[in-house]
Amino acid sequence: MRTVRAVVPVVGAAIVFLGFWKLVVIVGDYPPFILPAPEVVADRFVGAWAEGVMTPHALTTLAEIVLGFGAGAASALLIGYLLARSRLAERLLSPYLVAAQATPILALAPLIALWFGSGLTGKVLICALIVFFPVAVSTMVGIRSVDRGLLELGQSLRATRWQVVTKLEIPAALPQILGGMRVGVTLAVVGAIVGEWAGGDQGLGVLINLARGSLFDIPLMFATLLTIALIGVALYLFVLLVERRLIGARA
Amino acid sequence: MAVESVSIDVPDGSIVAIVGPNGSGKSTLLRLIGGLLLPDSGEIRIGDRPVEGADARVGIVFQEPRLLPWRDVVGNVALPLELAGMPGPARERRARELLGLVGLEGFDGARPHQLSGGMRQRAAVARALVREPGVLLLDEPFSALDALTRERLDLELLRLWERTATTIVLVTHDIAEAVFLADRVVVLSARPGRVVADIPVTLPRPRDRSGLDAAAFSAAAAAIRARLETDAEAVA
Repeated sequence: MRTVRAVVPVVGAAIVFLGFWKLVVIVGDYPPFILPAPEVVADRFVGAWAEGVMTPHALTTLAEIVLGFGAGAASALLIGYLLARSRLAERLLSPYLVAAQATPILALAPLIALWFGSGLTGKVLICALIVFFPVAVSTMVGIRSVDRGLLELGQSLRATRWQVVTKLEIPAALPQILGGMRVGVTLAVVGAIVGEWAGGDQGLGVLINLARGSLFDIPLMFATLLTIALIGVALYLFVLLVERRLIGARA
Repeated sequence: MAVESVSIDVPDGSIVAIVGPNGSGKSTLLRLIGGLLLPDSGEIRIGDRPVEGADARVGIVFQEPRLLPWRDVVGNVALPLELAGMPGPARERRARELLGLVGLEGFDGARPHQLSGGMRQRAAVARALVREPGVLLLDEPFSALDALTRERLDLELLRLWERTATTIVLVTHDIAEAVFLADRVVVLSARPGRVVADIPVTLPRPRDRSGLDAAAFSAAAAAIRARLETDAEAVA
């Protein structure tokens, strides 16, 4: 009963969305190369996967996202911790972090493509950069808000520095850290596509450009968009699942 | 300065209660004994060895339970052993033993948020005792609990003490609790805290509430209250 109640709104919203889309296509009488109807896109989506057109591009993009997210989140944990616990680190680093965050990734991407070429490295770097900020900030906030009583408990039990970090501070800050990662993982998708646009020979961002340009296959472009959206949703749900597993039992 | 010129001698295996007005440095004194704070001058000794920082010979129960919400009760009680490097199965066995001792058997797998306030503080007592410290420090341990639960836990603390022969130093603002538990009650003045009285409680042990000598109990309580009030007047 509970699953039914959870599923009904989701399915309902999807039906409304698809119905509205179809209605716009019919009323506006748009040709498929401007706005293809939902069933045309669905057909192309299935076809592209069946023909093996989509698979290599999707795998490339997924690899960029996973590696970039991993690298960005790992370094953000480290730096976020330092920012929380060291005044000096905060003073030294925070201006650069804010400046880096304020510079649009779109503007940085061509430079990174120039330096690292059209291979995997540049895209991973862009993903890592875009993931870094939200995870670092949420880690900093999370570590700073750890109950001082817990730290005193650790002191009274003669915990080592490392034990305090791994057994008290990180677990206590985990809800905030995972919140930042949820934001970060969706941004990683953006980073991968931006990176591919700035220079790349494979990936879903490249496929969008191909579909719009030389192939002139607009339904394929929509099918690619759908794939990107599905990857984003899947990764978001994955982080959410990890979050539920790790901190669901707390309160 | 929170406390000044305090000299207290706590005999092995006895219970000493420290009472005093708010801000008299009761908690500071307790943290000095436990090595969480270091004195600007003077010395804390347990047996013949000085306390120089957090000490394995001491177990502390704080005012709040300070349980880790992401761990079950066993995991919380076993934490001190885990930090000391004891292997998993051994420390869990030991933690379960302690849960039996504080009346939490059957709650091994419960999370802190599933327990009542009293049960959480029992778990905190179990955690403080799990490394078999010679000295147990309690910082207003039951003050956040309702009166009935507090009385019950006071009684169980006495039973626990009788079985473990631990030396107990307890900070409280509850005179009745101090008299009921302690062999001696040390009264601190307002900040900076000094010892203004050291009152022996001669009630026979084992103590329980029904068999208590009411006259002796009130006499001790009155003596403590008198010293607290004189001090309060002196400040006012």
